[in-house]
Amino acid sequence: MAMILELLVQGAQMALVLLLAPLLTGFVRQVKARLLRRRGPSILQPYRDLARLLRKEAVLAENASWLFRATPYLVFAATWVAAALVPTFATGLIFSWTADLIAIIALLASARFFLALAGMDVGTSFGGIGSSREVMIASLAEPAMIMIVFTLALVAGSTQLSTVATVLAGPEVGLRVSLGLALVALVMVAIAENGRIPIDNPATHLELTMVHEAMVLEYSGRHLAMIELAAAIKLLLYVSLIAAVFAPWGIVPASGGGAGAWVAALLAYAAKLAVGGFLLALFETSIAKMRVFRVPDFLGAALMLGLLGTLLLFVSRSL
Amino acid sequence: MDRLVFDVAHMLAGGLVLVSFVMLYQDRLTALLKVYALHALVLTASVAWQAFVQDAPHLYITAAIALAFKAVVIPVALLRIIRRLGIHREIETVVGIGPTMLAGMALVALSMVVMLRVTPDADPLAREDLAFALAVVLLGMLTMVTRRNAVGQVVGFMALENGLVLAATGAKGMPLVVEISVAFSILIAFIVIGIFLFRIRERFDTVDVQALDRFRGDRR
Repeated sequence: MAMILELLVQGAQMALVLLLAPLLTGFVRQVKARLLRRRGPSILQPYRDLARLLRKEAVLAENASWLFRATPYLVFAATWVAAALVPTFATGLIFSWTADLIAIIALLASARFFLALAGMDVGTSFGGIGSSREVMIASLAEPAMIMIVFTLALVAGSTQLSTVATVLAGPEVGLRVSLGLALVALVMVAIAENGRIPIDNPATHLELTMVHEAMVLEYSGRHLAMIELAAAIKLLLYVSLIAAVFAPWGIVPASGGGAGAWVAALLAYAAKLAVGGFLLALFETSIAKMRVFRVPDFLGAALMLGLLGTLLLFVSRSL
Repeated sequence: MDRLVFDVAHMLAGGLVLVSFVMLYQDRLTALLKVYALHALVLTASVAWQAFVQDAPHLYITAAIALAFKAVVIPVALLRIIRRLGIHREIETVVGIGPTMLAGMALVALSMVVMLRVTPDADPLAREDLAFALAVVLLGMLTMVTRRNAVGQVVGFMALENGLVLAATGAKGMPLVVEISVAFSILIAFIVIGIFLFRIRERFDTVDVQALDRFRGDRR
Protein backbone atom coordinates (compact mmCIF):
# COMPACT_ATOMS: atom_id res chain seq x y z
CA MET A 1 0.00 0.00 0.00
CA ALA A 2 2.74 2.40 1.02
CA MET A 3 4.55 1.41 -2.15
CA ILE A 4 1.55 2.32 -4.29
CA LEU A 5 1.18 5.63 -2.49
CA GLU A 6 4.83 6.49 -3.10
CA LEU A 7 4.48 5.57 -6.73
CA LEU A 8 1.46 7.84 -6.91
CA VAL A 9 3.43 10.72 -5.43
CA GLN A 10 6.23 10.18 -7.94
CA GLY A 11 3.64 10.00 -10.72
CA ALA A 12 2.12 13.22 -9.46
CA GLN A 13 5.52 14.91 -9.71
CA MET A 14 6.00 13.64 -13.27
CA ALA A 15 2.56 14.90 -14.25
CA LEU A 16 3.17 18.19 -12.45
CA VAL A 17 6.37 19.05 -14.35
CA LEU A 18 4.72 18.07 -17.63
CA LEU A 19 1.63 20.19 -17.02
CA LEU A 20 3.37 23.20 -15.48
CA ALA A 21 6.11 23.56 -18.07
CA PRO A 22 4.05 25.30 -20.80
CA LEU A 23 2.45 27.47 -18.13
CA LEU A 24 5.88 28.70 -17.02
CA THR A 25 6.86 29.48 -20.61
CA GLY A 26 3.57 31.32 -21.09
CA PHE A 27 4.07 33.22 -17.88
CA VAL A 28 7.60 34.34 -18.87
CA ARG A 29 6.31 35.50 -22.26
CA GLN A 30 3.42 37.33 -20.64
CA VAL A 31 5.68 39.15 -18.16
CA LYS A 32 8.08 40.07 -20.97
CA ALA A 33 5.21 41.45 -23.05
CA ARG A 34 3.93 43.47 -20.12
CA LEU A 35 7.40 44.86 -19.42
CA LEU A 36 7.57 45.98 -23.04
CA ARG A 37 4.11 47.55 -22.60
CA ARG A 38 2.48 45.09 -24.91
CA ARG A 39 -0.64 43.11 -24.14
CA GLY A 40 0.99 39.79 -25.02
CA PRO A 41 -0.76 36.47 -25.68
CA SER A 42 -2.68 34.70 -22.96
CA ILE A 43 -0.66 32.81 -20.40
CA LEU A 44 -2.29 29.62 -21.72
CA GLN A 45 -1.10 30.21 -25.28
CA PRO A 46 1.68 27.58 -25.21
CA TYR A 47 -0.94 24.89 -24.45
CA ARG A 48 -2.98 26.02 -27.45
CA ASP A 49 0.14 26.04 -29.64
CA LEU A 50 0.98 22.52 -28.57
CA ALA A 51 -2.56 21.25 -29.14
CA ARG A 52 -2.61 22.79 -32.59
CA LEU A 53 0.80 21.41 -33.53
CA LEU A 54 -0.31 17.95 -32.41
CA ARG A 55 -3.33 18.11 -34.73
CA LYS A 56 -1.29 19.21 -37.72
CA GLU A 57 0.33 16.95 -40.25
CA ALA A 58 4.04 16.35 -39.85
CA VAL A 59 5.94 17.20 -43.00
CA LEU A 60 9.22 15.40 -43.51
CA ALA A 61 12.06 16.29 -45.80
CA GLU A 62 12.66 13.75 -48.57
CA ASN A 63 16.04 12.66 -47.35
CA ALA A 64 15.21 12.55 -43.64
CA SER A 65 16.39 9.35 -41.98
CA TRP A 66 14.84 7.43 -39.08
CA LEU A 67 16.98 9.51 -36.74
CA PHE A 68 15.13 12.64 -37.73
CA ARG A 69 11.79 11.05 -36.81
CA ALA A 70 12.97 9.43 -33.60
CA THR A 71 14.81 12.45 -32.19
CA PRO A 72 11.80 14.48 -30.99
CA TYR A 73 10.59 11.60 -28.85
CA LEU A 74 14.08 10.84 -27.55
CA VAL A 75 14.64 14.48 -26.62
CA PHE A 76 11.27 14.74 -24.97
CA ALA A 77 11.67 11.51 -23.01
CA ALA A 78 15.17 12.33 -21.74
CA THR A 79 14.20 15.84 -20.69
CA TRP A 80 11.02 14.69 -19.01
CA VAL A 81 12.83 11.97 -17.02
CA ALA A 82 15.48 14.51 -15.95
CA ALA A 83 12.81 16.98 -14.86
CA ALA A 84 10.92 14.30 -12.95
CA LEU A 85 14.04 13.55 -10.91
CA VAL A 86 14.58 17.10 -9.62
CA PRO A 87 12.91 17.52 -6.24
CA THR A 88 10.12 20.03 -6.80
CA PHE A 89 7.79 19.85 -3.82
CA ALA A 90 9.17 16.85 -1.95
CA THR A 91 12.51 15.13 -1.39
CA GLY A 92 12.87 11.43 -0.85
CA LEU A 93 10.48 10.33 -3.59
CA ILE A 94 10.62 6.71 -4.60
CA PHE A 95 12.95 7.29 -7.54
CA SER A 96 15.01 9.96 -5.85
CA TRP A 97 17.93 7.53 -5.41
CA THR A 98 18.45 7.87 -9.16
CA ALA A 99 18.28 11.67 -8.99
CA ASP A 100 22.00 12.16 -9.17
CA LEU A 101 23.10 15.55 -10.47
CA ILE A 102 25.55 13.92 -12.85
CA ALA A 103 22.80 11.63 -14.18
CA ILE A 104 20.60 14.67 -14.84
CA ILE A 105 23.43 16.40 -16.72
CA ALA A 106 24.00 13.22 -18.74
CA LEU A 107 20.29 12.96 -19.64
CA LEU A 108 20.22 16.55 -20.85
CA ALA A 109 23.48 16.05 -22.73
CA SER A 110 22.15 12.98 -24.55
CA ALA A 111 19.01 14.93 -25.51
CA ARG A 112 21.22 17.67 -26.91
CA PHE A 113 23.40 15.14 -28.75
CA PHE A 114 20.41 13.72 -30.63
CA LEU A 115 19.01 17.16 -31.37
CA ALA A 116 22.35 18.25 -32.84
CA LEU A 117 22.47 15.11 -34.99
CA ALA A 118 18.92 15.71 -36.19
CA GLY A 119 19.81 19.28 -37.05
CA MET A 120 22.48 17.99 -39.46
CA ASP A 121 20.42 15.04 -40.71
CA VAL A 122 18.47 16.73 -43.50
CA GLY A 123 21.54 18.53 -44.75
CA THR A 124 20.30 22.12 -44.84
CA SER A 125 22.87 24.74 -43.99
CA PHE A 126 20.80 26.31 -41.20
CA GLY A 127 20.56 23.01 -39.37
CA GLY A 128 24.32 22.64 -39.59
CA ILE A 129 24.96 26.15 -38.28
CA GLY A 130 22.52 25.61 -35.42
CA SER A 131 24.07 22.28 -34.49
CA SER A 132 27.61 23.56 -34.54
CA ARG A 133 26.73 26.57 -32.38
CA GLU A 134 24.69 24.47 -29.98
CA VAL A 135 27.58 22.06 -29.53
CA MET A 136 30.02 24.93 -29.03
CA ILE A 137 27.83 26.40 -26.29
CA ALA A 138 27.32 22.99 -24.72
CA SER A 139 31.03 22.19 -24.69
CA LEU A 140 31.55 25.31 -22.58
CA ALA A 141 28.45 25.05 -20.42
CA GLU A 142 28.95 21.46 -19.36
CA PRO A 143 32.36 21.89 -17.67
CA ALA A 144 30.92 24.87 -15.80
CA MET A 145 27.96 22.74 -14.71
CA ILE A 146 30.31 19.97 -13.56
CA MET A 147 32.28 22.48 -11.45
CA ILE A 148 29.02 23.66 -9.86
CA VAL A 149 28.12 20.05 -9.10
CA PHE A 150 31.53 19.57 -7.46
CA THR A 151 30.95 22.63 -5.29
CA LEU A 152 27.55 21.38 -4.18
CA ALA A 153 28.87 17.89 -3.62
CA LEU A 154 31.71 19.19 -1.44
CA VAL A 155 29.23 21.14 0.70
CA ALA A 156 26.58 18.45 0.95
CA GLY A 157 28.79 15.37 0.78
CA SER A 158 26.73 13.84 -2.01
CA THR A 159 25.80 14.42 -5.63
CA GLN A 160 22.31 13.12 -5.06
CA LEU A 161 19.83 15.95 -5.40
CA SER A 162 17.50 14.88 -2.60
CA THR A 163 20.37 14.73 -0.15
CA VAL A 164 21.80 18.03 -1.38
CA ALA A 165 18.43 19.76 -0.95
CA THR A 166 17.98 18.29 2.53
CA VAL A 167 21.46 19.27 3.68
CA LEU A 168 21.17 22.79 2.30
CA ALA A 169 17.73 23.23 3.91
CA GLY A 170 19.21 22.17 7.25
CA PRO A 171 20.68 24.59 9.79
CA GLU A 172 24.31 23.42 9.62
CA VAL A 173 25.06 25.08 6.28
CA GLY A 174 25.19 28.83 6.73
CA LEU A 175 25.93 31.49 4.20
CA ARG A 176 28.81 30.26 2.12
CA VAL A 177 30.79 32.23 -0.41
CA SER A 178 31.19 29.12 -2.52
CA LEU A 179 27.44 28.66 -2.65
CA GLY A 180 27.02 32.26 -3.78
CA LEU A 181 29.58 31.71 -6.54
CA ALA A 182 27.89 28.46 -7.51
CA LEU A 183 24.51 30.21 -7.67
CA VAL A 184 25.80 32.92 -10.02
CA ALA A 185 27.52 30.30 -12.18
CA LEU A 186 24.42 28.07 -12.25
CA VAL A 187 22.21 30.97 -13.34
CA MET A 188 24.68 31.75 -16.15
CA VAL A 189 24.73 28.12 -17.25
CA ALA A 190 20.92 27.91 -17.07
CA ILE A 191 20.59 30.97 -19.30
CA ALA A 192 23.00 29.50 -21.83
CA GLU A 193 21.47 26.03 -21.77
CA ASN A 194 17.95 27.30 -22.28
CA GLY A 195 19.00 29.64 -25.05
CA ARG A 196 17.65 32.71 -23.27
CA ILE A 197 18.47 36.21 -24.35
CA PRO A 198 22.12 37.14 -23.96
CA ILE A 199 23.07 33.86 -25.64
CA ASP A 200 20.19 33.07 -27.98
CA ASN A 201 16.73 34.49 -28.51
CA PRO A 202 14.03 31.83 -28.29
CA ALA A 203 11.50 34.06 -30.08
CA THR A 204 13.59 34.87 -33.12
CA HIS A 205 13.63 33.44 -36.59
CA LEU A 206 16.33 35.80 -37.74
CA GLU A 207 18.79 33.55 -39.47
CA LEU A 208 22.10 34.97 -38.31
CA THR A 209 21.46 34.83 -34.60
CA MET A 210 19.44 31.70 -34.05
CA VAL A 211 20.89 28.63 -32.42
CA HIS A 212 18.12 26.39 -31.14
CA GLU A 213 15.58 27.54 -33.71
CA ALA A 214 18.01 26.86 -36.55
CA MET A 215 18.35 23.26 -35.46
CA VAL A 216 14.62 22.58 -35.33
CA LEU A 217 13.78 24.56 -38.46
CA GLU A 218 12.86 21.44 -40.44
CA TYR A 219 10.44 20.08 -37.86
CA SER A 220 6.69 20.43 -38.05
CA GLY A 221 3.51 19.00 -36.61
CA ARG A 222 3.76 16.58 -33.71
CA HIS A 223 7.55 16.45 -33.92
CA LEU A 224 7.77 20.17 -33.37
CA ALA A 225 5.25 19.89 -30.52
CA MET A 226 7.49 17.36 -28.78
CA ILE A 227 10.53 19.59 -29.18
CA GLU A 228 8.73 22.71 -27.97
CA LEU A 229 7.40 20.82 -24.96
CA ALA A 230 10.89 19.48 -24.22
CA ALA A 231 12.27 23.03 -24.34
CA ALA A 232 9.57 24.21 -21.92
CA ILE A 233 10.31 21.31 -19.57
CA LYS A 234 14.02 22.11 -19.70
CA LEU A 235 13.34 25.68 -18.59
CA LEU A 236 11.16 24.38 -15.76
CA LEU A 237 13.89 21.90 -14.84
CA TYR A 238 16.54 24.59 -14.45
CA VAL A 239 14.26 26.87 -12.43
CA SER A 240 13.32 23.93 -10.20
CA LEU A 241 16.97 22.93 -9.86
CA ILE A 242 18.00 26.41 -8.74
CA ALA A 243 15.02 26.55 -6.36
CA ALA A 244 15.67 23.08 -4.95
CA VAL A 245 19.34 23.74 -4.29
CA PHE A 246 19.46 27.40 -3.31
CA ALA A 247 15.96 28.00 -1.92
CA PRO A 248 14.96 24.63 -0.49
CA TRP A 249 12.38 26.05 1.87
CA GLY A 250 8.98 24.47 2.27
CA ILE A 251 9.92 21.20 0.57
CA VAL A 252 8.35 18.16 2.22
CA PRO A 253 11.23 16.22 3.82
CA ALA A 254 11.87 12.55 3.19
CA SER A 255 10.28 11.64 6.52
CA GLY A 256 6.96 12.93 5.21
CA GLY A 257 4.44 15.32 6.69
CA GLY A 258 0.74 15.94 7.06
CA ALA A 259 -1.60 17.10 4.34
CA GLY A 260 -0.89 20.70 5.30
CA ALA A 261 2.82 20.25 4.61
CA TRP A 262 2.08 18.92 1.11
CA VAL A 263 -0.24 21.80 0.27
CA ALA A 264 2.29 24.32 1.64
CA ALA A 265 5.06 22.66 -0.37
CA LEU A 266 3.03 22.86 -3.58
CA LEU A 267 2.20 26.52 -2.96
CA ALA A 268 5.86 27.27 -2.18
CA TYR A 269 6.90 25.55 -5.39
CA ALA A 270 4.42 27.58 -7.43
CA ALA A 271 5.68 30.76 -5.76
CA LYS A 272 9.32 29.85 -6.52
CA LEU A 273 8.48 29.20 -10.16
CA ALA A 274 6.66 32.51 -10.39
CA VAL A 275 9.57 34.40 -8.85
CA GLY A 276 12.08 32.59 -11.08
CA GLY A 277 10.04 33.26 -14.19
CA PHE A 278 9.56 36.91 -13.31
CA LEU A 279 13.29 37.45 -12.66
CA LEU A 280 14.13 35.72 -15.94
CA ALA A 281 11.73 37.96 -17.86
CA LEU A 282 13.09 41.05 -16.11
CA PHE A 283 16.68 40.06 -16.92
CA GLU A 284 15.84 39.30 -20.54
CA THR A 285 14.14 42.61 -21.16
CA SER A 286 16.95 44.60 -19.57
CA ILE A 287 19.82 43.14 -21.58
CA ALA A 288 20.80 42.94 -25.24
CA LYS A 289 21.76 39.77 -27.02
CA MET A 290 25.50 39.24 -27.26
CA ARG A 291 27.48 38.29 -30.32
CA VAL A 292 28.12 34.58 -30.73
CA PHE A 293 31.83 35.14 -30.30
CA ARG A 294 31.24 36.65 -26.86
CA VAL A 295 29.55 33.47 -25.64
CA PRO A 296 32.84 31.73 -24.73
CA ASP A 297 33.69 34.70 -22.48
CA PHE A 298 30.30 34.51 -20.78
CA LEU A 299 30.48 30.79 -20.17
CA GLY A 300 34.18 30.97 -19.37
CA ALA A 301 33.25 33.33 -16.54
CA ALA A 302 30.69 30.78 -15.31
CA LEU A 303 33.37 28.09 -15.43
CA MET A 304 35.81 30.23 -13.46
CA LEU A 305 33.19 31.03 -10.83
CA GLY A 306 32.48 27.34 -10.40
CA LEU A 307 36.19 26.65 -10.20
CA LEU A 308 36.66 29.45 -7.67
CA GLY A 309 33.84 28.05 -5.53
CA THR A 310 35.43 24.60 -5.51
CA LEU A 311 38.82 26.09 -4.74
CA LEU A 312 37.51 28.12 -1.81
CA LEU A 313 35.86 25.03 -0.37
CA PHE A 314 39.09 23.07 -0.56
CA VAL A 315 40.95 25.87 1.16
CA SER A 316 38.43 26.53 3.90
CA ARG A 317 38.33 22.82 4.56
CA SER A 318 42.00 23.01 5.52
CA LEU A 319 41.34 25.78 8.06
CA MET B 1 25.28 33.87 16.67
CA ASP B 2 29.01 33.32 16.40
CA ARG B 3 28.42 31.24 13.31
CA LEU B 4 26.25 33.89 11.72
CA VAL B 5 28.85 36.61 12.40
CA PHE B 6 31.50 34.57 10.66
CA ASP B 7 29.20 33.64 7.78
CA VAL B 8 28.10 37.18 6.99
CA ALA B 9 31.66 38.56 7.17
CA HIS B 10 32.86 35.71 4.97
CA MET B 11 30.04 36.33 2.51
CA LEU B 12 30.72 40.06 2.24
CA ALA B 13 34.46 39.61 1.81
CA GLY B 14 33.84 36.90 -0.77
CA GLY B 15 31.37 39.21 -2.46
CA LEU B 16 34.12 41.81 -2.77
CA VAL B 17 36.34 39.24 -4.50
CA LEU B 18 33.44 38.35 -6.79
CA VAL B 19 32.88 42.01 -7.71
CA SER B 20 36.62 42.30 -8.42
CA PHE B 21 36.17 39.50 -10.93
CA VAL B 22 33.17 41.29 -12.43
CA MET B 23 35.46 44.30 -12.81
CA LEU B 24 38.05 42.23 -14.64
CA TYR B 25 35.31 41.01 -16.97
CA GLN B 26 34.17 44.49 -18.04
CA ASP B 27 35.67 45.90 -21.19
CA ARG B 28 33.84 49.22 -21.37
CA LEU B 29 34.81 52.19 -19.26
CA THR B 30 31.32 53.21 -18.13
CA ALA B 31 30.47 49.66 -17.09
CA LEU B 32 33.82 49.45 -15.30
CA LEU B 33 33.06 52.59 -13.30
CA LYS B 34 29.60 51.35 -12.36
CA VAL B 35 31.06 48.08 -11.16
CA TYR B 36 33.62 50.05 -9.18
CA ALA B 37 30.76 51.86 -7.41
CA LEU B 38 29.27 48.47 -6.59
CA HIS B 39 32.68 47.35 -5.31
CA ALA B 40 32.72 50.31 -2.94
CA LEU B 41 29.17 49.55 -1.81
CA VAL B 42 30.09 45.98 -0.92
CA LEU B 43 33.14 47.31 0.92
CA THR B 44 30.90 49.69 2.87
CA ALA B 45 28.62 46.84 3.90
CA SER B 46 31.61 44.74 4.91
CA VAL B 47 33.20 47.52 6.98
CA ALA B 48 29.89 48.36 8.65
CA TRP B 49 29.41 44.72 9.56
CA GLN B 50 32.92 44.60 11.05
CA ALA B 51 32.10 47.75 13.04
CA PHE B 52 29.00 46.06 14.38
CA VAL B 53 30.75 42.80 15.15
CA GLN B 54 33.87 44.26 16.75
CA ASP B 55 31.80 46.88 18.53
CA ALA B 56 34.12 49.56 17.13
CA PRO B 57 32.18 52.76 16.37
CA HIS B 58 35.07 54.42 14.56
CA LEU B 59 34.77 51.84 11.83
CA TYR B 60 31.37 53.32 11.02
CA ILE B 61 33.25 56.48 10.02
CA THR B 62 35.40 54.40 7.67
CA ALA B 63 32.23 52.92 6.22
CA ALA B 64 30.76 56.39 5.77
CA ILE B 65 33.94 57.60 4.03
CA ALA B 66 33.83 54.57 1.73
CA LEU B 67 30.18 55.20 0.94
CA ALA B 68 30.47 58.92 0.33
CA PHE B 69 33.77 59.11 -1.55
CA LYS B 70 34.31 55.76 -3.19
CA ALA B 71 30.76 54.79 -4.01
CA VAL B 72 29.50 58.21 -5.08
CA VAL B 73 32.04 61.00 -5.54
CA ILE B 74 34.87 59.22 -7.35
CA PRO B 75 32.72 57.18 -9.78
CA VAL B 76 30.60 60.22 -10.64
CA ALA B 77 33.71 62.37 -11.13
CA LEU B 78 35.39 59.74 -13.29
CA LEU B 79 32.22 59.29 -15.33
CA ARG B 80 32.19 63.02 -16.00
CA ILE B 81 35.89 62.95 -16.90
CA ILE B 82 35.44 60.19 -19.46
CA ARG B 83 32.40 61.97 -20.89
CA ARG B 84 34.45 65.13 -21.28
CA LEU B 85 37.36 63.28 -22.77
CA GLY B 86 34.88 61.59 -25.12
CA ILE B 87 36.17 58.08 -24.40
CA HIS B 88 33.09 56.56 -22.78
CA ARG B 89 32.53 54.16 -25.67
CA GLU B 90 36.03 52.80 -25.83
CA ILE B 91 36.99 49.17 -25.43
CA GLU B 92 40.34 48.92 -23.85
CA THR B 93 41.68 45.65 -22.53
CA VAL B 94 45.22 44.58 -23.33
CA VAL B 95 44.67 40.81 -23.46
CA GLY B 96 41.44 38.85 -23.85
CA ILE B 97 39.03 38.27 -21.01
CA GLY B 98 39.72 34.54 -20.80
CA PRO B 99 43.44 34.74 -19.95
CA THR B 100 42.77 37.66 -17.60
CA MET B 101 40.17 35.68 -15.66
CA LEU B 102 42.52 32.69 -15.51
CA ALA B 103 45.28 34.90 -14.13
CA GLY B 104 42.77 36.24 -11.59
CA MET B 105 41.93 32.72 -10.47
CA ALA B 106 45.61 31.97 -10.03
CA LEU B 107 46.03 35.13 -7.94
CA VAL B 108 43.12 34.19 -5.66
CA ALA B 109 44.57 30.72 -5.19
CA LEU B 110 47.99 32.25 -4.46
CA SER B 111 46.63 34.65 -1.85
CA MET B 112 44.68 31.85 -0.15
CA VAL B 113 47.69 29.59 0.04
CA VAL B 114 50.01 32.35 1.27
CA MET B 115 47.65 33.85 3.84
CA LEU B 116 46.44 30.62 5.36
CA ARG B 117 50.04 29.36 5.66
CA VAL B 118 51.44 32.40 7.40
CA THR B 119 48.63 33.01 9.88
CA PRO B 120 47.93 29.60 11.38
CA ASP B 121 47.11 30.80 14.90
CA ALA B 122 45.13 33.97 14.19
CA ASP B 123 41.43 34.49 14.69
CA PRO B 124 39.65 32.57 11.88
CA LEU B 125 37.53 35.61 11.08
CA ALA B 126 40.60 37.78 10.56
CA ARG B 127 42.37 35.04 8.62
CA GLU B 128 39.67 34.63 6.04
CA ASP B 129 39.28 38.36 5.74
CA LEU B 130 43.01 38.82 5.21
CA ALA B 131 43.11 36.14 2.55
CA PHE B 132 40.21 37.75 0.69
CA ALA B 133 41.71 41.21 1.14
CA LEU B 134 45.01 40.08 -0.37
CA ALA B 135 43.04 38.58 -3.26
CA VAL B 136 41.22 41.89 -3.81
CA VAL B 137 44.54 43.79 -3.76
CA LEU B 138 46.09 41.42 -6.29
CA LEU B 139 43.01 41.53 -8.51
CA GLY B 140 43.14 45.33 -8.38
CA MET B 141 46.75 45.18 -9.57
CA LEU B 142 45.73 42.80 -12.32
CA THR B 143 43.01 45.24 -13.38
CA MET B 144 45.68 47.96 -13.55
CA VAL B 145 48.00 45.81 -15.62
CA THR B 146 45.38 44.67 -18.10
CA ARG B 147 44.04 48.15 -18.89
CA ARG B 148 45.54 50.24 -21.61
CA ASN B 149 43.57 53.31 -20.72
CA ALA B 150 44.71 55.57 -17.88
CA VAL B 151 41.17 55.82 -16.47
CA GLY B 152 40.95 52.04 -16.27
CA GLN B 153 44.24 52.00 -14.41
CA VAL B 154 42.94 54.56 -11.94
CA VAL B 155 39.92 52.34 -11.27
CA GLY B 156 42.22 49.38 -10.71
CA PHE B 157 44.22 51.44 -8.25
CA MET B 158 41.09 52.42 -6.34
CA ALA B 159 39.96 48.79 -6.22
CA LEU B 160 43.39 47.87 -4.83
CA GLU B 161 42.91 50.44 -2.09
CA ASN B 162 39.50 48.92 -1.25
CA GLY B 163 41.33 45.68 -0.60
CA LEU B 164 43.69 47.49 1.79
CA VAL B 165 40.73 48.89 3.73
CA LEU B 166 39.21 45.42 3.91
CA ALA B 167 42.45 44.06 5.34
CA ALA B 168 42.69 46.93 7.82
CA THR B 169 39.18 46.50 9.15
CA GLY B 170 39.54 42.75 9.43
CA ALA B 171 42.38 43.18 11.91
CA LYS B 172 41.20 44.49 15.25
CA GLY B 173 42.44 47.79 16.60
CA MET B 174 43.33 49.76 13.52
CA PRO B 175 43.57 53.38 14.64
CA LEU B 176 41.21 55.88 13.08
CA VAL B 177 43.99 58.37 12.31
CA VAL B 178 45.72 55.88 10.03
CA GLU B 179 42.43 55.13 8.37
CA ILE B 180 41.50 58.71 7.66
CA SER B 181 44.96 59.58 6.40
CA VAL B 182 44.87 56.60 4.03
CA ALA B 183 41.45 57.63 2.80
CA PHE B 184 42.56 61.19 2.15
CA SER B 185 45.83 60.24 0.54
CA ILE B 186 43.78 58.14 -1.87
CA LEU B 187 41.52 61.08 -2.54
CA ILE B 188 44.51 63.30 -3.23
CA ALA B 189 46.03 60.63 -5.44
CA PHE B 190 42.74 60.58 -7.31
CA ILE B 191 42.81 64.35 -7.80
CA VAL B 192 46.42 64.27 -8.96
CA ILE B 193 45.67 61.45 -11.38
CA GLY B 194 42.65 63.35 -12.63
CA ILE B 195 44.80 66.37 -13.41
CA PHE B 196 47.38 64.14 -15.03
CA LEU B 197 44.72 62.61 -17.23
CA PHE B 198 43.98 65.99 -18.71
CA ARG B 199 47.68 66.81 -19.08
CA ILE B 200 48.35 63.50 -20.84
CA ARG B 201 45.40 64.14 -23.05
CA GLU B 202 46.51 67.66 -23.88
CA ARG B 203 49.99 66.54 -24.83
CA PHE B 204 49.37 63.26 -26.64
CA ASP B 205 45.74 63.59 -27.75
CA THR B 206 44.93 60.26 -26.13
CA VAL B 207 44.82 58.61 -22.70
CA ASP B 208 46.05 55.33 -24.09
CA VAL B 209 49.28 54.85 -22.13
CA GLN B 210 50.93 52.95 -24.97
CA ALA B 211 51.40 56.35 -26.57
CA LEU B 212 53.84 57.14 -23.77
CA ASP B 213 56.18 54.31 -24.76
CA ARG B 214 57.63 56.29 -27.64
CA PHE B 215 58.93 58.89 -25.20
CA ARG B 216 60.90 56.55 -23.00
CA GLY B 217 64.62 57.30 -22.85
CA ASP B 218 65.93 53.80 -23.49
CA ARG B 219 64.22 53.36 -26.82
CA ARG B 220 65.94 55.79 -29.15
